Amino acid sequence: MILFRFFSNLLKDDRGGQAVLLILFLMTILVPVLNLWVPADHPLHMPTYLVTLMGKYLTYALLAVSVDLVWGYLGILSLGHGAFFALGGYAMGMYLMRQIGDRGVYGNPDLPDFMVFLNWKELPWFWQGFDMSWFAFMMVALAPGLLAFVFGWLAFRSRVTGVYLSIITQALTYALMLAFFRNEMGFGGNNGLTDFKEILGFNLQADSTRIGLFIASAIALAVGYLACRYIVLSKLGRIVVAIRDEESRARFLGYKVERYKVWIFTFSAILAGIAGALYVPQVGIINPGEFSPLNSIELVIWVAIGGRATLYGAVVGAILVNYAKTVFTGAMPDSWLFALGALFVLVTLYLPQGLAGIMRHFRKAEAS
Amino acid sequence: MSMLDSIRQTMRRDEVFPFMAPKVSELLDVSHGPILYLEDLNVSFDGFKAINDLNLYIDAGELRCIIGPNGAGKTTMMDIITGKTQPDSGQAWFGQTIDLLRMTEPEIATAGIGRKFQKPTVFEYHSVYENLELAMHGDKGVWHSLIAHMNGEQRALLDETLETIGLKEQAQQTAGALSHGQKQWLEIGMLLVQNPHLLLVDEPVAGMTHQEMDRTGELLTSLAGKHSVVVVEHDMDFVRSIANKVTVLHQGSVLAEGTMDEVQNNQRVIEVYLGE
Ligand SMILES: Nc1ncnc2c1ncn2[C@@H]1O[C@H](COP(=O)(O)OP(=O)(O)O)[C@@H](O)[C@H]1O
Ligand SMILES: [Mg+2]
Repeated sequence: MILFRFFSNLLKDDRGGQAVLLILFLMTILVPVLNLWVPADHPLHMPTYLVTLMGKYLTYALLAVSVDLVWGYLGILSLGHGAFFALGGYAMGMYLMRQIGDRGVYGNPDLPDFMVFLNWKELPWFWQGFDMSWFAFMMVALAPGLLAFVFGWLAFRSRVTGVYLSIITQALTYALMLAFFRNEMGFGGNNGLTDFKEILGFNLQADSTRIGLFIASAIALAVGYLACRYIVLSKLGRIVVAIRDEESRARFLGYKVERYKVWIFTFSAILAGIAGALYVPQVGIINPGEFSPLNSIELVIWVAIGGRATLYGAVVGAILVNYAKTVFTGAMPDSWLFALGALFVLVTLYLPQGLAGIMRHFRKAEAS
Repeated sequence: MSMLDSIRQTMRRDEVFPFMAPKVSELLDVSHGPILYLEDLNVSFDGFKAINDLNLYIDAGELRCIIGPNGAGKTTMMDIITGKTQPDSGQAWFGQTIDLLRMTEPEIATAGIGRKFQKPTVFEYHSVYENLELAMHGDKGVWHSLIAHMNGEQRALLDETLETIGLKEQAQQTAGALSHGQKQWLEIGMLLVQNPHLLLVDEPVAGMTHQEMDRTGELLTSLAGKHSVVVVEHDMDFVRSIANKVTVLHQGSVLAEGTMDEVQNNQRVIEVYLGE
């Protein structure tokens, strides 16, 4: 009862958030039924590839929410959030690699295939522990969180802001991409990590595992959304927006702006890492391409299209743009980037508040 | 031998390691009278001396007006006191024990120096009420802010302040929608709820009507005594109405100091400023 009051308070003035969570809830019930219990030849049957596709969209949505928190509310345009997503993904990928055991091509029980291929004799120190799920899942949050903390601490303490900060976040993800491309780094180089077999003992190819991952993604998105919503509604949220609007004024009121930035940035990076960790078992691969600067720019565009500083706009933006991308790349693979660019320009010019802005407009019209 | 000495030195229990010693004393000590000491301050911007051997003392509980032509360095002086600008040389102490030049803006604010900017800066997207809540004295830490709620005393102070600054009706309105004068008042209100020892008020009546000016004057005079107040202002009538002691700043240093009458009859002041 208290819990219910707590949640309903979080969503009281958030019609978009109510809709998002309601749809998520319905989907976690409907999707398993349509996929597992409706027979395959029935017209209402939902094929497994669709379940996985939707699960992937949900992880993108969580990633977009994490970007909206730092960009929309704190005013930091991070063009490197894809790096945190990828790091979470790699942590999960390393766990999944260790779960393969001796079922790899080389049948080596101690080393992943790519290490055997590189003639390595033993497991590097930074792979230790990743055969244990609790350790790997902890690293999913810790690796991106630690990077964001150190990066943020250095950048914010030197009062790097605005465009300069955006540029160094791009540089960060670019540098990581180059590093992960190298075989010597020990993360599978070019090919990344793939050929996963099991997660927590469940066969990754099984429909029921796919459903489990879908539900896990939905829960992660819902919890992440509510956590961000809690932050935004607390005094912390009001301070964060104050820092966005008048940073130096906040300082003169006694707020240590750097600390606020570092913690929000770190929290956001952890959310992004969790999204990445759920993404990897569903798509079945993680490679350095996920660090590509372009990815980070794309996801900022999702948020811009959905509408900044609304949280639910980020969810809507991520899902709609990625749906469009799926359709588009099927029909005209080469033109997607142009379409995305055009969409971004149109939204910036005509819908500065994104799709959420349209909703707000209609609500106002309805009220008056 | 010398190594043994240095180990002994390090292990001494009767003093704190330098790196562990608190950077500033938390306690404001005004037992010698002044709450603010500015001594031999110099600041230059690209060779231009904005502050030039400035010496200024403000007594605890005093209301001081600072006047001076545009570009005299009044705002820059406030920037030094609040930690926004580092001087090239000189000293700035808050009471006897707090060295302002070694502190950051938030540390200085927490120590008890509040500031109103020349151009009113309020949080435009927050409501008037939220602006005051953000300025409210109390714990300003990140983790605390996650669960923070104002206590009874703070809420009472906030309501009282809304009354004082005449924005009770507008409490739920966004600050961006206020008039220029109202924003000035809101910013003064934000100063009040911080409960600072020293208030620095940069051009508080710019853009106000005569009535609003009178009310602002009353408010500032009523603060003196319990707080120390430094007001920078251009409007001579306003200064005359509130000040008993006036400091004239010119080209980054003090030109004259005294009552309004003394200052106005000062030959050098007449030359550079009032005579214009
Ligand atoms: N950040 C800065 N960079 C360069 N010059 C500055 C800066 N701040 C102030 N100045 C110069 O220093 C002088 C003093 O400015 P200011 O303190 O704002 O004067 P006042 O507030 O008395 O009108 C002015 O000539 C101004 O142009
Ligand atoms: Mg000025």
